[in-house]
Amino acid sequence: MKMNKVAVIGVGLTKFGELWDQSFSDLFVEAGANAIVDAGIDGKDIDAIYLGNMSGGRFIEQEHMASLISDQAGLNPAPATRIEAACASGGLAVRQGVIAVASGMHDVVVVGGVEKMTDITSERVTQTLITAADQEWEAFLGMTFPGVYALIARRHMHEFGTTREQLAAVSVKNHANAKDNPHAQFRFDVTVEQVLGSTMVADPLTLLDCSPITDGAACIVLASPEKAKEFTDSPVYITGAGQATSTIALHDRERITVSDATINAAKAAYKMAGKGPEDIDVAEVHDCFTIAELLAIEGLGFCEIGEGGPFTEEGSTARGGKISVNTSGGLKAKGHPVGATGVAQVVEVVLQLRGEAGKRQVDADVGLTHNVGGSGGTAAVHILEK
Amino acid sequence: MTMGAPRFWRKTQSRYNLYGVKCKSCNATYFPPRKICPSCRRASKLEDVKLTPKGEVLTYTVIRSAPEGFERQTPYIMAIVKLDEGPMVTTQIVDCEPDEVEIGMAVEGVFRKIRESGKDGPIYYGFKFRPARADKDLAV
Amino acid sequence: MRPLTVGICGYGVYIPRLRIRAEEIARIWGGDGEKIKKGLLIEEKAVADFDEDTATIATEAARNALKMAGIEPAAVGAIYVGSESHPYAVKPTATIVAEAIEAAPVMTAADYEFACKAGTAAIQTCMGLVGSGMIEYGLAIGADTAQGAPGDALEYTAASGGAAYLIGKKGLIAEIEDTYSVTTDTPDFWRREGEPYPRHGGRFTGSPAYFKHVLSATLGLMKKIGAAPEDFDHAVFHQPNGKFPRNAAKNLGFTDRQLKEGILVDRIGNTYSGSSLLGLARVLDVAKPGERILVTAFGSGAGSDSFSIRVTEEIEKRRGRAPAVETYISDRRYIDYGTYVKLRRKIKVAE
Repeated sequence: MKMNKVAVIGVGLTKFGELWDQSFSDLFVEAGANAIVDAGIDGKDIDAIYLGNMSGGRFIEQEHMASLISDQAGLNPAPATRIEAACASGGLAVRQGVIAVASGMHDVVVVGGVEKMTDITSERVTQTLITAADQEWEAFLGMTFPGVYALIARRHMHEFGTTREQLAAVSVKNHANAKDNPHAQFRFDVTVEQVLGSTMVADPLTLLDCSPITDGAACIVLASPEKAKEFTDSPVYITGAGQATSTIALHDRERITVSDATINAAKAAYKMAGKGPEDIDVAEVHDCFTIAELLAIEGLGFCEIGEGGPFTEEGSTARGGKISVNTSGGLKAKGHPVGATGVAQVVEVVLQLRGEAGKRQVDADVGLTHNVGGSGGTAAVHILEK
Repeated sequence: MTMGAPRFWRKTQSRYNLYGVKCKSCNATYFPPRKICPSCRRASKLEDVKLTPKGEVLTYTVIRSAPEGFERQTPYIMAIVKLDEGPMVTTQIVDCEPDEVEIGMAVEGVFRKIRESGKDGPIYYGFKFRPARADKDLAV
Repeated sequence: MRPLTVGICGYGVYIPRLRIRAEEIARIWGGDGEKIKKGLLIEEKAVADFDEDTATIATEAARNALKMAGIEPAAVGAIYVGSESHPYAVKPTATIVAEAIEAAPVMTAADYEFACKAGTAAIQTCMGLVGSGMIEYGLAIGADTAQGAPGDALEYTAASGGAAYLIGKKGLIAEIEDTYSVTTDTPDFWRREGEPYPRHGGRFTGSPAYFKHVLSATLGLMKKIGAAPEDFDHAVFHQPNGKFPRNAAKNLGFTDRQLKEGILVDRIGNTYSGSSLLGLARVLDVAKPGERILVTAFGSGAGSDSFSIRVTEEIEKRRGRAPAVETYISDRRYIDYGTYVKLRRKIKVAE
């Protein structure tokens, strides 16, 4: 499938973290305004809005948030649509925006992602996040999201000899990257010893293997290449888009240590862009837990299946390594406002390709984003080029 | 958890007695039951099958930070068990300490309380798994 | 006159794996562990885990009973679960068991409560239904997760466990020769609706309650069937502690040897509705064909059911199909008092 390429002409973020003063719509408006200013467009230029959000209904007891944010951002009557695929909501919203522009339906669209997670207790957050798993046959039994990924980690260690230290290396690397990202939630270093010694959440995963509870929003402005020329001389193009689905329950997966949705989404995106894993310079991948980054880099083909641990430990995914993975700090250290994450990943890759990533800048011509819903039931991959 | 009783009541047979389905077209067995065989789709010929509650631990974890309703139970073991008849199930492992569980451990089903809907709501029961007893251990 | 062909087609037990030692409870309340152990003749008691209750214990025991009997669950025409710790105040435990063993839906079911003898009351009901031909098989269960108030003497003994008996006419592993009951209105022990812990009359639970009923029912039964203590190979009396059944036996003229196989209270505590039935199961686990067993249950409030049971040849073929009492007793893990109050929900947590 060949796609008309789509330009990213503006990007915007809020700070990621515990944003006690800001409401759900405050977050969207701030990120949206940043993106619109960055794009140099006006609100009236916007043809449609796509919003990634996982669980406004549980986090803030608000549904119908597409109307809410369009209203609050002063964008009415443009069509506004919310997209939900758990933690892949943002990635799928990007995809819907890409489809809308590539199809010729719209010239300029705004894609936002928002999550406001800190208005409820942490037990309730745990319970909300596990709604991304099978409610009747995983969550009902007392399963948690760290628990689901711990099951994968334990098995990965068993099958491939992955070590605890190798998992911790993901956290160490992403914290180091986040230190150079002013938007990140955790701007401090951690050591392997600190990761291993932090509070056990779900064996073998400790607190420092887990992404945090985060408030935040991200926004991008997409346009057709022709329209993009009106606003910018240096757009970044989305040249490949892939999405794939797997079983919602981990136990139904043929191999629980392999993300087949990631493999299939990557295959589609690579094919569309005419690229392969060897062409990727910078990637934002879904590291909701340290083990998830290993599954991501294996599924995306950056290393062989089962080799993610040593590959990370030897520094291949560090900034300036074979491929720079999660230069933003990733979900682990930048923060993981679940519905915003997939959009925020695109923001980071655009900044890297534009050469605007500041202290964390790497040399990159081709970038990739990888966003996962649940334990791997949904995956979305985008390829971006200068 | 404030879910009404019907949501989980309709799964009683599968939860109490491990009823899954078997596809007569391709011989694949599924648990929990499905309405369509994902391999055969329109050619699915599914029939109910009661699975034997025996299997082995494929992977496990110890939950130390619990969701609502499970706070009193930490630490507890969650695992994916591969049933002898093929399907894999997510389950709690009981009658076993966190340092005793291991991959490959033989387990058998046991009837336990799964969760309660608050202090005054329904109590839900179903299978969990425990370390398997050898036949020789049954006698006096 | 009831036909003498009714009996036990299979039985099954379940005892939770957790134990707490008498010394551990004494340690918390400043009691003298050794004196308490000697006084009550008890070492430790079985404690239900957080996710075990009367319904799960009854179900596991019922499944074991069906395994032993080897009959189709749909042939079970009635299930009665006796307990003083049903999980719901209103909504039967018996329906949970019925569905879990797949005896439902064409059958009758109900819950019983008669302190520690609700299980034997269930057996008598099933005997009547089977004997009259109303049903082919009936399942009688006694199961409890008994609670004593923290610091109360009962806390040393109130335990968890249960047993299920499949009553029928065919394929008997033991015939029930006869049964005899005594019932009076005696407030020796009770728990009011909505109260978490029972109250008891202290020494009033002894001679006017336990001993009066156990002795008169046992004597009544022996007189009715023309038997004497020496005609029985084994005797099981309700076991609220280690002392009461031994004193009752001595009083009636039974020997320690006759009591030996069925005494479990020292190792698992008083399992209330499960107590006499678990004692009987322990005897059946080792009894030889032709042996005769006397069982007398006691329930506060008060009453006693006494049974004369004779083991058949069939028993030897059916053993080993389900875990024996000793299998459950030997599989144990000790917990401390803190864990005990956590599991038994004796501490308040944020809900």
